[in-house]
Amino acid sequence: MKALRNYLDRIKPQFEKGGRFEKLQSTFDAFETFLFVPDKTTHAGSHIRDAIDLKRTMSMVILAMVPALLFGIWNTGYQHYLSIGQEPGFGPIVGYGLLKVLPIIVVSYAAGLGVEFIFAQYRGHEVNEGYLVSGMLIPLVMPVDIPLWMVAVASIFAVTIGKETFGGTGMNIFNPALLARAFIFFAYPAKITGDTIWTGGLTKGEGVIDGFSGATPLGNAAAGAMDKIPSMYDLFFGFIPGSIGETSKIAIILGAIILIVTGIGSWRIILAGLLGGISMTLIFNAFAVNDYMTLSPLTQIMMGSFLFGMVFMATDPVTAAQTNRGKWIYGFLAGFFAIMIRVFNPAYPEGTMLAILLMNAFAPLIDHYVVEANISKRLKRAVTAVKS
Amino acid sequence: MSKTFTLSKGLDIRLKGEAEKVLREVTALHYAVKPTDLTGVFPRLLVKEGDAVLAGTPLFQDKHHENICFPSPVSGTVAEIKRGDKRALLEIRIEPDGKNGQINFGASDPSKLTKAEITDKLLKSGLWSLIRQRPYGIIANPEHTPKAIHISAFDTAPLAPDLDFVVNGKGDLFQTGLDALAKLTGGKLHLNIGSTTSAKEFLNSRNVEINTFKGAHPAGNVGIQIHHLDPINKGDVVWFAGVQDIITIGHLFKEGVYNPEIIVALAGSSVIKTGYYKTRRGACIYKMVEGNVRDGNQRYISGNVLTGKQIRHDSFIGYYDSLITAIPEGNYHEFLGWALPGLNKLSFSRSFFTWMMPGKKYEADTNLHGGERAFVMTGQFEKVFPMNIYPMQLIKAAIAEDIERMEKLGIYEVEPEDLALCEFIDTSKTEIQTIIRNGLELVRKEMS
Repeated sequence: MKALRNYLDRIKPQFEKGGRFEKLQSTFDAFETFLFVPDKTTHAGSHIRDAIDLKRTMSMVILAMVPALLFGIWNTGYQHYLSIGQEPGFGPIVGYGLLKVLPIIVVSYAAGLGVEFIFAQYRGHEVNEGYLVSGMLIPLVMPVDIPLWMVAVASIFAVTIGKETFGGTGMNIFNPALLARAFIFFAYPAKITGDTIWTGGLTKGEGVIDGFSGATPLGNAAAGAMDKIPSMYDLFFGFIPGSIGETSKIAIILGAIILIVTGIGSWRIILAGLLGGISMTLIFNAFAVNDYMTLSPLTQIMMGSFLFGMVFMATDPVTAAQTNRGKWIYGFLAGFFAIMIRVFNPAYPEGTMLAILLMNAFAPLIDHYVVEANISKRLKRAVTAVKS
Repeated sequence: MSKTFTLSKGLDIRLKGEAEKVLREVTALHYAVKPTDLTGVFPRLLVKEGDAVLAGTPLFQDKHHENICFPSPVSGTVAEIKRGDKRALLEIRIEPDGKNGQINFGASDPSKLTKAEITDKLLKSGLWSLIRQRPYGIIANPEHTPKAIHISAFDTAPLAPDLDFVVNGKGDLFQTGLDALAKLTGGKLHLNIGSTTSAKEFLNSRNVEINTFKGAHPAGNVGIQIHHLDPINKGDVVWFAGVQDIITIGHLFKEGVYNPEIIVALAGSSVIKTGYYKTRRGACIYKMVEGNVRDGNQRYISGNVLTGKQIRHDSFIGYYDSLITAIPEGNYHEFLGWALPGLNKLSFSRSFFTWMMPGKKYEADTNLHGGERAFVMTGQFEKVFPMNIYPMQLIKAAIAEDIERMEKLGIYEVEPEDLALCEFIDTSKTEIQTIIRNGLELVRKEMS
């Protein structure tokens, strides 16, 4: 490590102002601080600081996504071989999954981080770690047959328009990963809806066995084919078609546990989201006019990206409500609307994405009223103090 | 009527090197009063280099409140007047003559004096400077009558001195000081004790209302206590003073002199022999730390690790401090430090495995542990900030220099020290205490 450190110290001047590679200063800094926690010491305020930093925080979130990712890779292969009627064993299944999923991850990181690095250099900031999470979330919410160039365009759009125009990580209004998905949804709807895109190779349709539809549970439900919704077992473990990371509920729950235990994901938002979804479903159950509205709350939660969205998307601290009370309201409404849009919208079978983006837009308003309540309480206290 | 408050939010930072309960005596080579310790004071010198002074001789006064002056802690000569940028006064250094000459201000029983007489005596002796006010954390204005006076009789900060130990045997002086303060307010004199406070000097205090606070740091901060007992509204003024400050005031009324004796704790993981030292206010710490601190690059702090001021190894105890902490400097690179399991890392978050080891004590250094970032995480500050105030929103209002919003969000109720833990746990490494101090100063200038 000493040799590496010495090497970095030796080449560092070239990246500083006036050096040969000064245009790559923030890039160098990003790699240097990745390898070594800086030797910076406190110079004002508290003399000791918590060992946590944004790198640690973000790597915890990525760690939480790993179970969903690993299962997604396996399931990609599994669904593919299911569609062509083969059962080749674990190795080829994972091999196929890696072949399909890794390029999406690489493209998402390369495109998004590229933009981040350019902006960091332009602004003279350090590269912010936020995209490490977004860059992983984007592949997880994509259908596996998505064209790679679309992933690149969507990632660049999400970072540039969704984040950097607002001032970078910490300033954005909408969750970048969801924005990337919404971008594809509105720009190239054919590539992100329908039955064939969720299974690798199904779009081309080569060698697909008869009777394999590739429809997601939500697709079936929206089409009114309630009998085709997979068993609770399949829904829970995730042996179903869907976006790469969303299918396995057990993997998502594992991720949720990591987020909640480390305190990085807000348990308030997750719990409120679940409560919101359950409430909406119960209301539907009470006034059911079609089969979709009679589905039990558990089935609704297990279908689609509801759980994935509530655990990994709604909890993004930057775009969620910031006050604890606000988080309850925000989470509840996100879950509530997710189910509502899903059931009422025939054009698009999944409402989670739109519901969370909608709540992202309302989060500042929710916080405003929560904080105003605190302010008026303080004012009232002052007034009573004057009177007495 | 004793009230008990249980605070569920907060954090006790467990550091190695707590001061051992042994009292040693030390006579310092030099003493100094540092105007930089004082918030909102514009110093005007009253002595020059070479002047002879006694314990109690005013060294400088506040330009805006000329009756508030700052006394020399010893008799001797003014050895050096140190100035910094733009001739700002940094230190007035006194070389003691060893004769302990004192000015006599006359002993008297405070319970027989009027408010005006007590104020007058405190102003003349310079000990008025030991009484501070909230909001703003500045020295109290003698023309005001505070809504209440608060005294915190326990310190929950990391490695803080045990005030039970400090007050031991000084109950009489403490009570005299309390009697004097009680006359200054139209409201109550609150003595706020911790749930583990056992010193009879505190428990048997008269003329005060005793309140008990249970909970982790910052439960011992007087600001937190005020918030729960009787919060500060716009226009309110409350005063506060430290336990040893009250003992010093007690000395003045009992004996008629400025007796600057205080007990200072020496703590921190870099200290070889920790303990308590009986010395005088403004003492040079050199004699305490010489040969008693580990080799290598160390940081010396007057005060605690969260709120104290960095000083040199041959510098002086701060005006209101009674703790010297020495911890290692953290100017090293750590290979992949953010990725390691972190079995030795001090963190409030549970992202390091150390959260599974409650009770473990840490050797914290001054490394920042990361780079400064925009605010990303939310809901963290609230966990260590036991006030009904939105810390993140208040900090943002202070950054935006929005006075009206700061007022609305409760700036009058806080001092930087109350948000020190927020700064400690902050993932984005924001300098919250500096931001809050600047915000408070902005409001104070606007209001005055």
